[in-house]
Amino acid sequence: MANINVKLKIWRQKNEKDAGKFDVYDLKGVSTDSSFLEMMDVLNEQIIQGGGEPVAFDHDCREGICGACSMFINGRAHGPDTAVTTCQLHMRSFSDGETITVEPWRSSGFPVIKDLMVDRAAFDQILQEGGFVSINTGGVPDANAIPIPKDDADASFDAATCIGCGACVATCKNGSAMLFVSAKVSQLALLPQGRVEASRRAKAMVAKMDELGFGSCTNTGACEVECPKEISIANIARLNREFLGANIKS
Amino acid sequence: MSGFLSSSIGKKLIMSISGLFLILFLVVHLTVNLLLLLGSEAYNTAAHFMGTNPLITSIQPILALGFLVHIVYAFILTAVNAKARPVKYEQVSQSHSSSLVSRQMLPLGLALLLFLVLHMIHFFVKLKVTGEAPMIVMEDGVEMHNTYLLVGSLFQMPLYAIMYIFAAIFLAMHLSHGFWSAFQTIGWSNEVWRGRLTWVGYAVAGLFGFGYAIVPLYFLIFQPITL
Amino acid sequence: MVLDAKIPKGPLAEKWSKYKASQNLVNPANKRKLDIIVVGTGLAGASAAASFGELGFNVKAFCYQDSPRRAHSIAAQGGINAAKNYPNDGDTVYRLFYDTIKGGDYRSREANVYRLAEVSNSIIDQCVAQGVPFAREYGGLLDNRSFGGALVSRTFYARGQTGQQLLLGAYGALNRQIKAGKVKMYTRSEMMDVVLVDGRARGIVTRNMVTGAVESHFGHAVVLATGGYGNVFFLSTNAMGSNVSAAWKAYKRGALFANPCYVQIHPTCIPVHGEFQSKLTLMSESLRNDGRIWVPKKKEDAAAIREGRLKGSEIKEDDRDYYLERRYPAFGNLVPRDVASRAAKERCDAGFGVGKTGLAVFLDFKDSINRLGEDAIRARYGNLFQMYEKITDHNPYKTPMMIYPAIHYTMGGIWVDYELQTTIKGLFAAGEANFSDHGANRLGASALMQGLADGYFVLPYTIQNYLADQINVPRIPTDHPAFKQAEEDVKAFINRLKSVNGKQSVDHFHKILGHYVWDFIGMARDKQGLESVIGKIRALKAEFWKDVRIPGEVKGLNTELEKANRVADFFELAELMAHDALEREESCGGHFRTEFQTPEGEAKRDDANFMYVAAWEYKGDNQTPQVHKEPLNYEYIEVKARNYK
Repeated sequence: MANINVKLKIWRQKNEKDAGKFDVYDLKGVSTDSSFLEMMDVLNEQIIQGGGEPVAFDHDCREGICGACSMFINGRAHGPDTAVTTCQLHMRSFSDGETITVEPWRSSGFPVIKDLMVDRAAFDQILQEGGFVSINTGGVPDANAIPIPKDDADASFDAATCIGCGACVATCKNGSAMLFVSAKVSQLALLPQGRVEASRRAKAMVAKMDELGFGSCTNTGACEVECPKEISIANIARLNREFLGANIKS
Repeated sequence: MSGFLSSSIGKKLIMSISGLFLILFLVVHLTVNLLLLLGSEAYNTAAHFMGTNPLITSIQPILALGFLVHIVYAFILTAVNAKARPVKYEQVSQSHSSSLVSRQMLPLGLALLLFLVLHMIHFFVKLKVTGEAPMIVMEDGVEMHNTYLLVGSLFQMPLYAIMYIFAAIFLAMHLSHGFWSAFQTIGWSNEVWRGRLTWVGYAVAGLFGFGYAIVPLYFLIFQPITL
Repeated sequence: MVLDAKIPKGPLAEKWSKYKASQNLVNPANKRKLDIIVVGTGLAGASAAASFGELGFNVKAFCYQDSPRRAHSIAAQGGINAAKNYPNDGDTVYRLFYDTIKGGDYRSREANVYRLAEVSNSIIDQCVAQGVPFAREYGGLLDNRSFGGALVSRTFYARGQTGQQLLLGAYGALNRQIKAGKVKMYTRSEMMDVVLVDGRARGIVTRNMVTGAVESHFGHAVVLATGGYGNVFFLSTNAMGSNVSAAWKAYKRGALFANPCYVQIHPTCIPVHGEFQSKLTLMSESLRNDGRIWVPKKKEDAAAIREGRLKGSEIKEDDRDYYLERRYPAFGNLVPRDVASRAAKERCDAGFGVGKTGLAVFLDFKDSINRLGEDAIRARYGNLFQMYEKITDHNPYKTPMMIYPAIHYTMGGIWVDYELQTTIKGLFAAGEANFSDHGANRLGASALMQGLADGYFVLPYTIQNYLADQINVPRIPTDHPAFKQAEEDVKAFINRLKSVNGKQSVDHFHKILGHYVWDFIGMARDKQGLESVIGKIRALKAEFWKDVRIPGEVKGLNTELEKANRVADFFELAELMAHDALEREESCGGHFRTEFQTPEGEAKRDDANFMYVAAWEYKGDNQTPQVHKEPLNYEYIEVKARNYK
């Protein structure tokens, strides 16, 4: 454990309509054992003590699962470490005296609400189009009635680990949401329960994704590298397949 | 179906199919090109066949359409994608997460387009439009363009040869991402095949790059045509 | 006030079926005329809102997060219990019921817990049908693992992310109803008050966290599924935004708050490492399936480890004290959470603790890795090990993990009857927000079970019993004086907070409060400490109202204002916890009074005098609240001292 001094260049924007700008802050004696968000807490405490308004950012569980935190740090979604969200990024990933640039996700689908906070309702809207199995509560068969090959269940799980943070969109040079959409489509397409309405789902979710202004995928693969849950772009191939198949059928 | 083709995935599919179609063209073109290494007769006969066979000539408009579609959709997709991020990042670090080539497909494509235009001016126009290309009479009495002379003499010019070699390199780069990417977009990829297709893509890119570069290199070094 | 739990008559195993057979229902045409408000979109809230929508009610759902999917249920790791008996190891509904009652140290209601065990199997069926990717065996059927406090393997899991997968299932069901127009979703909305008209809950007042607008919403019934109050400790495994405010406003409006002193200190968390720390990270209890907990036998070894002269892995086998296996040979490392936590505290207090602070014990996977191989361990706990390494920079495959107890779950909550209705008519509470099923201690993998049971299988029935005679009640416009008054109260409260304009941040006060609660109302409590802490909390609260500083505007997004609103309620809750802990002169489950223990240091219950639910009534600011007692009758279970030896 050590302490480091950092210079923070942070995007400040009062509200959606404000033009916004970068402000620079000096922060001294940051423990390398603290998480990036804990460092932001310390910064905010310093700003409040100095009479300023703290930096707004989304965060909640702080254990890498809720998907709320969303910062573009030094040119990377969730910062320089791999397979982590911003809340799991620790200050040991930075060096003493470093200037750290912090920006909000940039996407037409994710308008900035304030400072580093963006509106990701678009993701909810996409899932509302079909990111579920259309069954009501009750009246379902016994859980063991349908055996599912372990490999399929595992692959489905791998896709299901998506936390909806938006790092894929933020990092994609095209602002594409294909990894996010493909993760849900794959999770359900791989299971017999979800297979039933796989075609309808793929078409509806892709249509919504396009409507909301996300870009298209050019297969650079950057999303899977920055995805905190390491979701594979093999899921995107599956989505393409499902979508193509769905359109050929009808 | 129209909704399908105007969707983002539909547009991408058009890029993929047209791209794969253009690869077929590249195979034929390369095969004929390599005949340049065998000498005047073989190449001229092949070129004559390509230029006169009704099957081949009737495919030409489709080929042109393939190019057109591939190029037009590249611009459409790029424009849509640019709109998806209206405010740019101050700092972007991508070198670890994606290859330069995969991010620069449009510039690479534009370079290839520029080359294509020059290529057309140098060969296609002379052969098909103005007809100013030199003629040759073969042993069996058939008169045809001496394409060998036309192409070979150009390749012996260092500036043109180097330009052609660069185009071959750009083509290889474009394909090193484009080949695998086309299969991914069609959906013919998964965890296992992804690795295989990537390597096949590299091999295809390498073969085309090498194949297209070796011909001008040969003429540049050995200067087989005495002018 | 006489607390009527409205437990149906008849044999235990038939109570729920009898209730369902005789309850009042609302016909489909009338459901359209009824509005239900659901606050919170975790397992209980999302499943309830979705189920209400499917039935045909109009639902308005609220969450403070930017998406319902981010509710803190998402962070539950280990699993969900059900009495499926798939492994053929002797499980039954009765055994799950029995284990849960015993695990709760005989302080929960028999009928509620039996119903919970009864519907547990339906939950698994429901989730599988939704496409929740539970762990499976090669034969394609579902896998189970064992959890603390049970002798059977009845826990279904999805790697270390069970809560996430279950919540995403419920969120999917919710999304389906949103799309169908049956649920209107309000995100980034904080519930500020519950509105009563003629003594019945008829709506809520919210603050739009983006615009700052104070808004009213009408509902024929209101369901609070707003989670627990663990964040009163400041450092907890809860999400940063988890709060008691919704429940607290209901308490202040007349809902009783039950057993607030029952909080669960989870034994396997990553130890505290600095003052800057904002939260504690839980490592799933499932780790105790394969990890062995120990401290050095010799104090000098422990000291050497603390000073960094020695590594845990260098301590010889004979010099290790596997204290849980030593003290509780039958259950070993799988004793219930309260027992495991206290045992860790006992060793650390005795000077055998490790880690820089001495407040840590080892959780060692060496034996399991030798027995099963590293790959098997990675398959079971890979994501947890990775998380541990990211936080601590230590590789748990090579060196033993260090863990220490941390506040994780709160068994106490709003008092509800068998129908999950609070003492305010038309106000219901579900999931962690109510007190009903876990008694004084919750067993692992039971929280997910309870949240989903309440939402999918209990409330959709019981709320109809309430709504059946409400079909002729017209929607009350939100310009009704009761709504206007509540809005004015909320605005006044916000302005009062903002106008303090002092010097200290909200976190400053919250951290001090957290220390008070941890030190005096934490793992060990005593009369003197509890009496003294009430004064301390009141003084801190007064200081807060004199010196808190909230920058920015009341209008628009203001994160400090959000925090201040929540912390203001935490002060009052902390005081209530102290009153409750003081009143309960016994030790049971998560409530350990040092005056009441056996010579071996085990909790000593006083069933003769304290076998009741303590439900507290609000009596005004800084007034001592009044306790109401609901006696607990055990007809189908023999009450014994808990024994895990």
